[in-house]
Parts: sequence; C-alpha cells; structure tokens
Amino acid sequence: MGVIVVGLSHKTAPVDVREKLSFPEASLADALTTLRGYEGVRECLILSTCNRVEIYAVAQDTAFGVEQIKRFISEHRKIAPESLARSLYVHTDAPAVRHAFRVASSLDSMVVGEPQILGQLKDAFEAGLKNKTTSAIVNKLLKKAISVAKRVRTETRIAESAVSISFAAVELARKIFGDLQGKTVMLLGAGEMAELAARHLINNGVKSVLVANRTFERAVELARDFNGSAVRFEDFPAEMVVADILICSTGASHYVVTHDAVNKALKGRHHKPIFMIDISVPRNIDPEVNKIDNVYLYDIDNLQGVVDSNIEGRQKEAERAEEIILQEVETYLQWERALDVVPTIVDLREKVEDIRLRELDKALCQLNGITDDQRRSVEAMSQAIVNKIVHAPIVVLKQSASEAGNEDLFQFARRLFNLDKELKKCVHARGFGRDEGKSG
Amino acid sequence: MNILFFQAAMIVYLLAAAGYIAYIIAPEKKNRAFLSLLATVAGFLLHIAYFTLRWSESGRIPITGFFEAINFLGMGIVLVFLIMELRYRIAALGSFMLPLVVLLMAPALAVSGKIEDLNPILKSGWLGIHTSLAVLGDAAFAFACIISIMYLIQERQLKKKHLGAIFHRLPSLEIMDTIGYKAISFGWPLFTLGMVTGSIWAEVAWGTYWSWDPKETWSLITWAIYLAILHLRTLGWRGKKMAYLSIVGFLFVLISFFVVSRIQVGKHVF
Repeated sequence: MGVIVVGLSHKTAPVDVREKLSFPEASLADALTTLRGYEGVRECLILSTCNRVEIYAVAQDTAFGVEQIKRFISEHRKIAPESLARSLYVHTDAPAVRHAFRVASSLDSMVVGEPQILGQLKDAFEAGLKNKTTSAIVNKLLKKAISVAKRVRTETRIAESAVSISFAAVELARKIFGDLQGKTVMLLGAGEMAELAARHLINNGVKSVLVANRTFERAVELARDFNGSAVRFEDFPAEMVVADILICSTGASHYVVTHDAVNKALKGRHHKPIFMIDISVPRNIDPEVNKIDNVYLYDIDNLQGVVDSNIEGRQKEAERAEEIILQEVETYLQWERALDVVPTIVDLREKVEDIRLRELDKALCQLNGITDDQRRSVEAMSQAIVNKIVHAPIVVLKQSASEAGNEDLFQFARRLFNLDKELKKCVHARGFGRDEGKSG
Repeated sequence: MNILFFQAAMIVYLLAAAGYIAYIIAPEKKNRAFLSLLATVAGFLLHIAYFTLRWSESGRIPITGFFEAINFLGMGIVLVFLIMELRYRIAALGSFMLPLVVLLMAPALAVSGKIEDLNPILKSGWLGIHTSLAVLGDAAFAFACIISIMYLIQERQLKKKHLGAIFHRLPSLEIMDTIGYKAISFGWPLFTLGMVTGSIWAEVAWGTYWSWDPKETWSLITWAIYLAILHLRTLGWRGKKMAYLSIVGFLFVLISFFVVSRIQVGKHVF
C-alpha cells in the first residue's frame, strides 16, 4: 500500500523520448481518470514537464500497480512497452517518497535548485485534486513534498546563487545597484548572449535600454524589440554617460571601449558606478578599466568563474539538502505506518466482536430458560475473554506503529487473524473506509 | 546593585554579537538574525534601565566621566543601529555593529562604575543637551564607519571577482553608499549643534565661547573632516573614497573618546 513512482527524466531519457511521453495539459484530466480506472490503482497523479514525466500512485498491490501503470503509459501514449524499458524508472515505498521529495526540492533537476519544478508539482497536485484521482496518501505525500521543498529552500543556500552567465550578470548587477528599477542598460553590438543578458536584466526591473550597433538598422530593430532606443555607433561614448550597465559584444578585434572613454563617461555621471559586461572574444573593453574606481568590469571568463563557484556551492548545499530529505522521509513513513495500524486494529476488533456475537447467539439458543441475570453474566464472560485475548496484540500493534521495520508485523497480524478475507465485507457493512476514493 | 543591569546588558549584547556573527557565517539559519535582533532589543532595554537607575541615583544625567561617556556612546550606537535595521532590514549590519558596541563598551567593565561627585560648574541643563547631541552625532558616524567597512569588503570582492560566503549577505553597493552618506548627513548637524551648545554653555559657565582645549580642538578637526566629506560628495566623491574618509573620520571620533578626553588638561577631562 506504499507510494509508487514510475517515470522518466532528463537523466534517463533523451528529449525525443520525453516529448513522446509527455501529457499535454489539455488531456491531463482525461489521462488521470483513465489511469484511475485501471484495476488496482487507488490514487494517481501525473507530473509532466519538459524534463520529466512521472506518475505517482498508490495501489492495492504494489507490484501489480507498477505493471498497471506501465500498461497505462504504453496504451495511453501509444508507445511500445519495450521502447520505454530502458528509460523508465520505478521506485516504491521509502525510495519513492525520497524521490518525490528530491524532485520537489529541485535536487533532481537539470539545474539543481531551479525553482520552477515546485510550481509544476503544485499544478500536477491541483489537477489530481480537481479530478479526484488522489486521496489520503498521495495528498499527504504531495503536501509533505511541498513543505520539504520549502524547508530545503530556507535552510540551505541551494537556490541562492545564479548558475547561468546571464543570471550571474543579473546577480552582480543587483549586488552593485540593488534595485534595478530606473537603471539604464546599453547594448554595444548584438550577440545572442548579450541579448539574453539584457532580457534577464529587463525582467529584473531595468526599464531603459539603449542599443548601439555598427549597422544602425540592426540597432533600430533590436531597440524596438526591447522597447528601447537606438544609438549611432559613433555616438556611444557620449551616451555611455547615462548607461549604468554596459553589455559589450561587438565582433571587433580591438578594444572598442577604451580607458579614456570610460574615464570621461564616469566624470559625466558624477562617478556613479558602471557595471560593464564584456561578452566578446576577443575582448572589446580594455581590461584596465576595471582599475578605475566605481567601474566593475566582468569578461566572459569572470562570469563563468562566478557561475562555476556558484555551482560548486550548490553542490555542497545539495548534500545538506539530502540530509534534510532523509529526515523528512522518515517522518512521512511514520505517518504512513500509523495509517496502517488503525485499520488493522479496527479490523481485529470487528472480527472478534463478530465471532463473539455469533457464538454467544448459538450458546444462548441452547441454554433455554436461563434468567436475565445468568444471561448477562454469560455475555459479560464472553466479552471479558475476547477483550483479554486481543488486548496484548493491540498494545503491540499500537506501540510498533511509530517504529521503523514493522511493516511486516501488520501484515503478519492480518494473516494471523485472517483479517484480509473478510475485510471487504466488514468495510461495506460498517461503512468504514480507509480509502474514500475507491470504496466511498 | 544597579551595575548588574549594565553587566546584564553587556552579556546580552555579547550574545547578540555572537548570534549575528553565526548568522553571517551560516546565513541559511535566518532565525539566528531574528534572535540576535531580539537580544539586541533586550540588551538595549536593560541598558536604558541601567541608565535611568543611575540617573535617579546620582540625581544628574549620567554622561560625565570615562565610564558614563562610553556607556552613553554605546547606547547611542545601539539606538542608531536599531533604527537603521528596522528601516532597511539589513541583518548583516548587526554582524558588524554589535561587535563594535561590545568592543567599545568593554573598557567600561574595567573601570570603576562608581558614581563620582560632579564639579558643581558642570551641574547644568546644558550638560545633557550638549553631550546628547554630540554623542548622537558620534553614533551616526560610527554607523557610517561600519557601513563603509561593509562597502569596502563587498567592493573588493566585486573587483577581484572573488565572491566569498558573506558576499551573499551584504546589501548592494548603492544602498550602502547611500545610507552611509545619509548617516553622515544626519550626524554632522547633530555634531555641529553639540559643538554650538557646548560653546554657548562655555560662555555661560566660563565666560568664553572657545578656549582651544584639546577636546575642542580635536572636535573641530573631526567636524571639519565630516564637513569635507559632505562637500566632496557634491563633487562626485562616492564609493570607495567616501568609505575611506568615513572610516578616518570615525577614527578621529574614537581618538577623541579614548585619548583626547584623557589628556589631563581643559574642561573635558574624564
């Protein structure tokens, strides 16, 4: 009755396999209800992003459930099961819980610590709730996964630092200027990476964009793209006065931005800091300008250096995150174990009560003409015997609920008292359902 | 008995300083910063309690003598820190400010906190006004100095492209530059008023506005340094140069407190 995860990710499958398997949002509801209709599947949830497709489920019988999910995948996505065999991974019980927590905490992501996955997981959860394909266990798993992800985020520095060059540029700009609102960025030349960096800066608050390019038409075009204004290439040294951030990537083979030009611009702007990013190779900004006060020059290698040290930092933080996850898996499993013990005890009580009443009836039929007092004392005796017999097993079951390694004990108790055969009958007769989704 | 409040305040400040340092070393423990802030507030309340008790016991505002002077300076710095922390929410400030408070006030533990008789000539309403203004100015300068040190650390890391662990905790250069400047532009008028009121008081008490005693002379130099900072700012001096000047300025304040005031001449002897 534990959690099952069947899926594939960027680690196990190339994009052409992932895209075949991915569930488009429009058909997600249909896919969920279809899967829920498969025999033995009690709860299910589908997480489908561009980097991973995973099914989280709970089944009556775990091994059978895994087979059913695999069958669903190949039937629903119309893929031959053999072609998936290599890419699919299966986790059940504790490893499945750990996997869910790692995914939510972005430890399994392509870029460790990236924040999108948590939102995607929340969306998947919402779809499951909306279509009523999840219930107690998956709901608990997902809620817990989300809170674990938040804990990892606040207690480690895993998501703190930038791990791409253009984000590193934003991070550094924030370290220099704080709020980027009201800052001006100037693009000198137009490479793909420069554009990307500019876009990130704009997304982070930069409002005003200037573009200078050797071919003015290209500058105008780009400026329109950014909602900025174009500058003639000859005029850029004069315009540098207003630029707080300069991103340079011309194809020139010499220094386009000279020491003198920067000095002059700096005087013009009362020495307010300038952040210069030189993405061009060979470099277009004289490296000497970094020595000028209030000028911060980063070339492509410097940015890469920032990224590298950030990635290193994230890996260290990831180790700490793994420890947090191990703790949380343990607390989750405790909850799941406690979930198991309650129905076992209820079933046991009901079973012996059933036997007692039946045997009492038989005995009372044979004992004709006994007084009410005698009848009461026979009843009391039967009650006492039953209570004393089941007392010890119930105490043991309750105690073991909070400890690890007792999953077998519950199964054992169920077999010993022959609880499973009559479970269904009891559930229906008493209206007691541990699984509201299926029997309710 | 009252000295217990002082000692308790010192211990709580010490804890706050340790907490803030622990925070900046391992920033993922955000509650460390919050607990340290609470400790700072608690220490400040104890500190005020001590100040009030000492005031009522001695019957005059307790800001004369070496012990009372650094006690009062420490209180001013904590006040400025709390205002700035609540205004700008920069927890890393505490990691630098609280150690400064502890270091500055530690000598007070070594000297006698006994209440001494006051020279009758000093018993005047001017005493409180003159010293409070001057000390508040000094506290603002202390703040500017600390923020300048933080600025220089971050500036250096950005220039050298070596981003250390505390890099992620420091605020942006721009905000540090701005509030450092703000602190001086608040501190300087207070300091000026402190000097003016002192001068008026001198006229009332001794019949002369200015007598070139060591403290007066030194304060004039300090005053001039900060005036220069404010002036140079308008000429485009900012960032690193400003930070260095601000640190130099506060060194003059420290010398004024710990050296000049102890030179045994003039009326500021304590």
